[in-house]
Amino acid sequence: MIQADLTIILPEIVLAIYAMAALIGAVYTTKDGLAPVLVWSTAGLMALLAIWIATNGDGTNIAFNGMFVDDGFARFAKVAILLSAAAVLLMSQDYMARRGLLRFEYPLLVALAAVGMMMMVSAGDLMSLYMGLELQSLSLYVVAALRRDSAKSTEAGLKYFVLGALSSGLLLYGASLVYGFTGTTLFSGIIQTVHHDDISLGLLFGLVLLISGLAFKVSAVPFHMWTPDVYEGSPTPITAFFATAPKVAAMALFARVLHDAFGGVVKDWQQVIVLLSVLSMLLGAVAAIGQRDIKRLMAFSSIAHMGYALIGLAAGTEMGVKAMLMYLAIYVTMNIGTFAFILMMERDGKPVTDIDALSQYSKRDPGKALAVLILMFSLAGVPPMLGFFAKFGVWQAGVEAGLTGLVIASAIASVIGAFYYLRIVFYMYFGAENEDPIETLSSPVLWGALMGSAALMLIGVFYQFGIEGAAAAAATTLVN
Amino acid sequence: MDNILSIVTFIPAIAAGILALFLHGEDVAAQRNAKWVALVATTVTFLVSIGIYTGFDPSNTGFQMVEEGEWLLGLKYKMGVDGISVLFVLLTTFIMPLTILASWNVTDRVKEYMIAFLLLETLMLGVFMALDLVLFYLFFEAGLIPMFLIIGIWGGKDRIYASFKFFLYTFLGSVLMLVAMVAMYADAGTTDIEALMSHQFSSEGFSVLGFYIVGGMQTLMFLAFFASFAVKMPMWPVHTWLPDAHVQAPTAGSVVLAAILLKMGGYGFLRFSLPMFPVGSAVMTDVVLWMSAIAVVYTSLVALVQEDMKKLIAYSSVAHMGFVTMGIFAANQQGIDGAIFQMLSHGFISAALFLCVGVIYDRMHTRDIEAYGGLVIRMPAYALVFMLFTMANVGLPGTSGFIGEFLTLMGAFQVNTWVTAVAATGVIFSAGYALWLYRRVVFGDLIKESLKAITDMSSRERLIFAPLIVMTILLGVYPSLVTDVIGNSTAALISNYDTALAAAETATQSAASH
Repeated sequence: MIQADLTIILPEIVLAIYAMAALIGAVYTTKDGLAPVLVWSTAGLMALLAIWIATNGDGTNIAFNGMFVDDGFARFAKVAILLSAAAVLLMSQDYMARRGLLRFEYPLLVALAAVGMMMMVSAGDLMSLYMGLELQSLSLYVVAALRRDSAKSTEAGLKYFVLGALSSGLLLYGASLVYGFTGTTLFSGIIQTVHHDDISLGLLFGLVLLISGLAFKVSAVPFHMWTPDVYEGSPTPITAFFATAPKVAAMALFARVLHDAFGGVVKDWQQVIVLLSVLSMLLGAVAAIGQRDIKRLMAFSSIAHMGYALIGLAAGTEMGVKAMLMYLAIYVTMNIGTFAFILMMERDGKPVTDIDALSQYSKRDPGKALAVLILMFSLAGVPPMLGFFAKFGVWQAGVEAGLTGLVIASAIASVIGAFYYLRIVFYMYFGAENEDPIETLSSPVLWGALMGSAALMLIGVFYQFGIEGAAAAAATTLVN
Repeated sequence: MDNILSIVTFIPAIAAGILALFLHGEDVAAQRNAKWVALVATTVTFLVSIGIYTGFDPSNTGFQMVEEGEWLLGLKYKMGVDGISVLFVLLTTFIMPLTILASWNVTDRVKEYMIAFLLLETLMLGVFMALDLVLFYLFFEAGLIPMFLIIGIWGGKDRIYASFKFFLYTFLGSVLMLVAMVAMYADAGTTDIEALMSHQFSSEGFSVLGFYIVGGMQTLMFLAFFASFAVKMPMWPVHTWLPDAHVQAPTAGSVVLAAILLKMGGYGFLRFSLPMFPVGSAVMTDVVLWMSAIAVVYTSLVALVQEDMKKLIAYSSVAHMGFVTMGIFAANQQGIDGAIFQMLSHGFISAALFLCVGVIYDRMHTRDIEAYGGLVIRMPAYALVFMLFTMANVGLPGTSGFIGEFLTLMGAFQVNTWVTAVAATGVIFSAGYALWLYRRVVFGDLIKESLKAITDMSSRERLIFAPLIVMTILLGVYPSLVTDVIGNSTAALISNYDTALAAAETATQSAASH
């Protein structure tokens, strides 16, 4: 029994043991001198695990009496998490090294956060859910404050920690209420006790508190307050990380809890998700208009994008989950490319995040400017870029589920949101001449990430590398 | 050639790709190469597209030369033309080489300029050929990107404001259309335009937020599509982006905008609104007819007081598009034939008028009417060309402008006499502003110092105008060239529309009698 359990959870164990062993190894040897090697080896291991999970997994396997579920849905999310975490790690090396931030803890904390995220998406029980969530969150709190000598970075870490602790409290309270009213913490047990006609008020409270805690993790309005400050204060590679893998993990966890544990009472949580979704899209679109700092802008952009992804969740159907997974995969790809560009922006060796600095950038570097243009139009959801198909997918699911009002609201939000993406294009292509132009770092990794993700936005229209099929299969295993 | 439609659509895109990948540098030789590649590509596209015309069978009212393939998310790649769209395809391929020729003097970022125009051509052709809802939307919407860049990079002084206004205005309209498309998909289970045309969307009235909606789903969907097409058209009162965009766009950008992009709105009404939401269209007919009549009169009056030549012609475009919507929603043979005719003829005439402005703008770098006068003395050939197109714009018999206006007015008269009477006054106003513009620019004494050395049209400019002159007069004296091609398809459209309305009528009556 134990051996079978361990086989199922093997990828997580490998990554966790690697992180701990490397930690000890680095402490007793050259410490930070080992950091570049660790970045590459961690990224390499993550990529290998992703390939392993993608090719070897099959069927639904349950370990530890239902605490841990390894199914198609979890595997889809894990592959997305591991690949995006590996990409961000590689992208960050140069930036961190040049600013003296490349400590050996950094890749290992990212690895531990990844273990936490893998636990989250595989959680089959409220306890293992919380464990995964906290492992991920604690690692993230620390990396947010990685730049110890910067007030902004420490502030970001502290803010994230305090608000994160609050949300964990909400989530735990919700979990204990759910346990109190259903008598079990297992999702498979909860779904058997919770039916549409007999949901009690206490259970409803528990459900809402649980959703609030999770909404904090996906930074859905009104639990988004930490996002802009943390995005702005953290070192840029950490921001890139925040905007990608943890978002996938949290959304996947959201979907897992709502469908696996509360799949019988869709109507009860649907209204809450609809509200979160509408607010996120509108606030993300409106609040970003005033931002001059590209990192804050991307923070609001990610809030808005989570709102669109939540449409898929709100639909409460298999099609909705599939659309949500597609949305997340496309969103992560776009964000990796965009952050690769933000990491390249600098002047006299110092990072620049002001969007004015991009004025007339297209004249100096037409290739990169074109890639950013494609990414911006894709983020705005303008066809023929892939970002449009992501939106189309969730809208399709939304209309099918009868949420036409939500879809119309999101259509309006996407027009408002288009403005700030366009503004970046505007600065690059037809801004005023700039006396103080930015340079962009010539790093092959960053260049590759930027060009690769822009190219995917166009190629994806013709060929999707089987993502659609995988997402459909993942959705089928989750919703039944 | 089985794939002639895809070939025509993608030749410009391939040329754009070649330019992007293989052409480097900004020196004179590279610029010349970029121009020649663009000119050759657009000309080849035109020549190949003649094959579509010759292979087209006007007696067949269905879609022809259809191509079909699988695509993502269960969508299809499906292209085809019928009598309604085939001439728009030809209009596009016809105009594009002329716009490239008109841009021969561009010196700033020539390579990117040509790429933008070539991509734009692909996307515009795709709009007229797409037979899948989402494919249509993709082409329709993606066309905004190159146009946004064309106005924003190569435009005039207030280009930023104009480009943002252009983009956001049209984007808002189109996303509402997209929502309706998603709803149509949910209802009919397909995005195939051919199948959707025969699908009956529910027209049972219901209440939303206390408002009773006559025509139900169909009216709502009609309104969502209307939001997009009315902005694109543009119809009064959502036309305000057009004068700004026209004034700021470079000459070639204005030509494409006026000659082709505006036609997408009218095409959309004919392809989607009338055949798919007949009840919704019927419910809204009176509103649209009156909006058209107001557009004709109001924008003609606004055109009278303009000081900027391009703005004047832009307002005149809005007025002419008013005739088009009036003809379409008259929903009879004369009306719709006239609307299509008017769109095609306006494609030639407005393109020529913007080119006329471009000719003197290139020399004097101003579009103020005040800055000109007495041009006929130094530029007799230009004065002649400008006069021909001014007359065509007014609707002088013998030019194509007359046929379109006459047919649409005749069609609308059978439906709503008052609307027609109001719109007909617009014809007089249009004579007013067009002739007055002509007088102020071309006649009078040549007293301005700056104009004393102005030169007449170069042979390149004459070459650009020649085909436009031929088409304007040819269509004016031999309109059957167009009506023979479109006639059967429009007749089928109208009979389907009438049948659907009658069916809905009986359905309501039987529901009422129960």
